[in-house]
This record gives sequence, C-alpha cells and structure tokens, in this order.
Amino acid sequence: VIWASVWLSLKLAGLSTLILLVLATPLAWWLATTRARLRPVVEAITALPLVLPPTVLGFYLLILMSPEMPLGALWARLSDSTLSFSFAGLLVASVIYSLPFAVQPLQGAFQQVARGTTEAAATLGAGRWDVFLSIVMPLSRRGFLIAAVMSFAHTVGEFGVVLMVGGNIPGKTRVISIEIFNAVETLDYATAHRLSAGLLVFSFLVLTIVYLLNRQGRVQ
Amino acid sequence: LHFAPQTDFNVRMAGFGVKIMVLVATVLLAGRPALADVTVAVAANFATTAQKLETVFTAKTDQQVVIVTGSTGQLYAQIRNGAPYDLFLSADAARIARLETDGALRPAGRKPYALGRLVLFGNDPKLIALGLRQALQSAALRHLAVANPALAPYGAAARQVLDNLALGPELDAKLVMGANVGQAFGFVRSGNAELGLVARGQVSGNDGRWIEVPRDLYSPVRQEAGLLRDTPVSRAFFAFLDSDAARDVIRAAGYDVPACKAEPAE
Repeated sequence: VIWASVWLSLKLAGLSTLILLVLATPLAWWLATTRARLRPVVEAITALPLVLPPTVLGFYLLILMSPEMPLGALWARLSDSTLSFSFAGLLVASVIYSLPFAVQPLQGAFQQVARGTTEAAATLGAGRWDVFLSIVMPLSRRGFLIAAVMSFAHTVGEFGVVLMVGGNIPGKTRVISIEIFNAVETLDYATAHRLSAGLLVFSFLVLTIVYLLNRQGRVQ
Repeated sequence: LHFAPQTDFNVRMAGFGVKIMVLVATVLLAGRPALADVTVAVAANFATTAQKLETVFTAKTDQQVVIVTGSTGQLYAQIRNGAPYDLFLSADAARIARLETDGALRPAGRKPYALGRLVLFGNDPKLIALGLRQALQSAALRHLAVANPALAPYGAAARQVLDNLALGPELDAKLVMGANVGQAFGFVRSGNAELGLVARGQVSGNDGRWIEVPRDLYSPVRQEAGLLRDTPVSRAFFAFLDSDAARDVIRAAGYDVPACKAEPAE
C-alpha cells in the first residue's frame, strides 16, 4: 500500500520538475537580464512560496479551485472532475510551491554567464535564440541540474498544501508525507519509521549532490 | 604590541554584542503568559463548545481555563509525551481507554461528556432536500467529504453509514477525506465538495443545508473526557461537565448528552 504513495510522490515530483523547468527558464532569463523597474516585484512574487506558510497557499488554492470560483468552474467544465482532490490540482499546487527552487538557481546561473560572452556572440551574428541555446544553456548546465534536483526534492517533501487541497485519496492525492501523517496519527509507527527514514536518506543524498555540484562549479 | 588596542576593541565589541543579545532575550522571555488554573486539551470538533463551557465555568468559579485544540490523535500523542494538560476532552472513547491502560488517567477520571451525531451537509439545499440516500446517489454529487475513518471518530461513523447504506463502489470513488471532521466540513463549505458527512455540532446556523443521518445507520460518537492531573480546579472542571449548566451548553451546540450523570448533582 505504501508503494502507491511513493510512486505517486515520484510521479508528482517528476512532472512538477518538468513543468517548472519549462516555466522557470524564460522567467529566470528575464530576471537575470532585465533592467525593468518591475523586476524586484516579480522577484518577490517568485520567492513568496519560500516564506509563506503552506497553510496560506493551501487555503487560497482551496478557495480558487472550488467549482464556485472562475478557475475551478473553468476546469470543471473542461474536464469531468474538480481541480481540488485531483492529481492535476496537486500538480498546480506543486508548481507554485516549488517555483523559487527552480527559478533561483537558474537566475544565478544565467547571471554568471558573462554579458561579454553573449554580446560577442551577438556581434558575430548569432541570433538571440542561437546565443541562448548554444552559449547560455551549456554554460548554465549546473544551474539546470541544481534547479531540477531541488524542485524534485522539494516537491517530494511537500505536505501542508497537499493536506489542505488533496483530500487524501489513495493513488490520486495520498503522497508520502500524507501517508506518514496518517501512520503517526494512527500510531502505526512502523510504517511511519520506514517512510520517514526513506525520506531522510533521500533528502540527504539530494543535498549532498547539490553541494557536490556547487563545489565542482567553484573549482572550475 | 601593535595589535593590542585593536584586540581590546574587538573584545569590547563582542562583549557589547553579548549584552545586547542578553537584553533582547530578557525582553522576549519577560512576557510570560498568565498562569492558567487549568489547561484543557480539546478535540477540534468540540473547540467552540469548549470555549462556551469555559465562559460559564470561569463566571462561576473565577478560575482561568486555557484551551488547547488539536486532533484527538495529535493530542493523545502529546499527552503520552508529557504535554502539561490537566484534562483531555477527546472526540472518541478509544483514546481515553488507551490512556487508561497507559496509566495516564487519575482514579475515577473517565466519563462520557457528549454524544456526537452525524449530519449530511451540503451547499445546495435542493440536493439536501432529496434525502440522504437519493442525495448520495445524485449525479450532481462529485465529491463526498468525510473525515478520515482511520484518524477521526466522525470519519469512522461516516464509514458505518456508507457501509450500512451499501451504495456501491461508485460512491466510494467520490470520497474525499479530511484529516479531521473540521477539514471535511471545510471541503464542503468552500464549495470543493458538494456534500459531506459531518458533525451536527458544526452545522448550526446553516438551516436548510443539512439533514440528520438516521441513528440506526451508525452508533453515535461517544466523546469521553479524561482527568490527567488531580488538582482542585481540574476536579472541579471535570465535575462541571456533568452539571446542568454544562449539559445545556453541550446540547445547544448540537450534541446529545449522556443519559445518566456519572456523579450525583451538587
């Protein structure tokens, strides 16, 4: 039974990471290069999930996803289910929740790619896409890797938001952290130990990888 | 010799920093909360009712009550790990029984204080007007919110109702579970679930949007109180739960009260 929730967490984290990389790349590039006055505001919005308690996020998402609200109603018309209590809803929540963990490493990586390099490429006649794909992307490889690893790990560790909008449905919204919560509440400490120890080891490995990558970056 | 004044300055600055930190810590720690005469841990579903009981008790005895709320499972775990509560108003009888076997209750420190009833609650009065069975079979029902039967006594009661109605796997596929009955209520209230099986005590002021679940479909949720520490005030509060004043408050909140009092009236 616990494998269903492990698989669900991995699926949720994997898909969230893919979506985040697609969304965060242009956003981080804009943040890294723009001189717009709006930048601090956008940066602040991006960083909000870092400081807001999951209860705030979960509360607003529960309200927004309700079929009585425009977003929830639209979703209910397009699909035959509600956004809350669904895997799709958790995906939306996770993307918002882990956004800073994707944007910030990418933004940092993009900022380190020297402006001179991209300008030189541009004067040599490379188009903007060409510059981005053949110079910025390869030079920011490490940033992408860290963004992906952190988004994945952070989504696996998600609890409060899922508790508030998920509805605890086996195979659909009952992720690892919820399974641990249930196990602790029902005094099933054996299951709680197994899952918790698994998450602990997993998180430790992820962070070790990130710091290893960081060190390699500095050595280069 | 050359570095001496500099080092001296650094030491003085560090000393200054420590003084500031001590000052800040003193200020932060000075504002201690007023000492409570009795601390009561209360299951979430009973929290608002407990506050009303507190008002009556404090008016009568002039003793300060501090109420701590949480799910019954969380509170149980906190008590087992030494939380400083004098009384525990649980949402079930099982956790109190467990505390009794654990040896955490004082002598004669266990009794029921409320019997919880289950209602079907929904935002659409028309759906509710169909009656329990028809509403649960309605095509308009996408999600039925209940408390998690493994965690919450009202969830277990809801499970009994569903098992006794035997409406089949289609209904089970529509179940969404809150960690407690409060969350299940919130799922309906926020419009995310059309219907929910929740506690009668939660739906006051929502006329036309709830119906009673027939009592032959489940056994009422027997909420028990446990006395964890023996002080004059905790004994007084424990006894107060049986008083006519307290029983009126509990009944007004939508609970039944135990048939016979555990102790003779004053």
